[in-house]
Amino acid sequence: MSEAVNIAVDKEIDARGSFCPGPLMELIRGIKTLPVGGTLAVLSSDPGSTKDIPAWIQKARHELIGAFPENGYTRFVARKAH
Amino acid sequence: MAERMSLVLFSGTVDKLMAASILATGGAAMGMEVDIFLTTWGIEAFRAGAYKTNQKVSADFEEYGPVMMEAMQVKKAPSWMENLKGAKEIGEVTISACSMTMELFGLQLSDLEPIVDEVTGVATFVERARESKISLFI
Repeated sequence: MSEAVNIAVDKEIDARGSFCPGPLMELIRGIKTLPVGGTLAVLSSDPGSTKDIPAWIQKARHELIGAFPENGYTRFVARKAH
Repeated sequence: MAERMSLVLFSGTVDKLMAASILATGGAAMGMEVDIFLTTWGIEAFRAGAYKTNQKVSADFEEYGPVMMEAMQVKKAPSWMENLKGAKEIGEVTISACSMTMELFGLQLSDLEPIVDEVTGVATFVERARESKISLFI
């Protein structure tokens, strides 16, 4: 699983330390700026966002490539599907 | 048609404004249309410039007011006004001011923060809220 940590993305947003709904808002803003097919990583240390982010990605019909737990935070990687 | 969240914002204390702004943000983030209907103290909170100096906390929890405000500062929590501006950026959020309260307080739309979109009557709010999936009173 360790190679998953190093998935290259088009854009990385460090939202650690910011709390709900901060990381989700950063993700939404970030995805808006990507072309279709673009990938984005959001780093979040907030527990609420751990649930909110995958829920939003599913609701917005984008692709959740993965949620990778790191030391004290989670790296969410998503692809803009449309 | 997108699902709708209707939120009556009656309160003017920072603790309740925060709660309202986060719910509105959540609604907007999840693709709902969010209608916020300001009334009574909610309208006072949106007077032009008022948000910058508003430190009021609900009376029951008055003694925690300063602690809460400080925690927000230290942790760099976005203010309720910032949350609402963010919500408007990412989703469909309409903020309407209750015409009755406006009359009572002698206010015009131009006396309020620019983020307030319009002045409407309660019937308009009810017509829209009757179809809403989520209706809240704060």
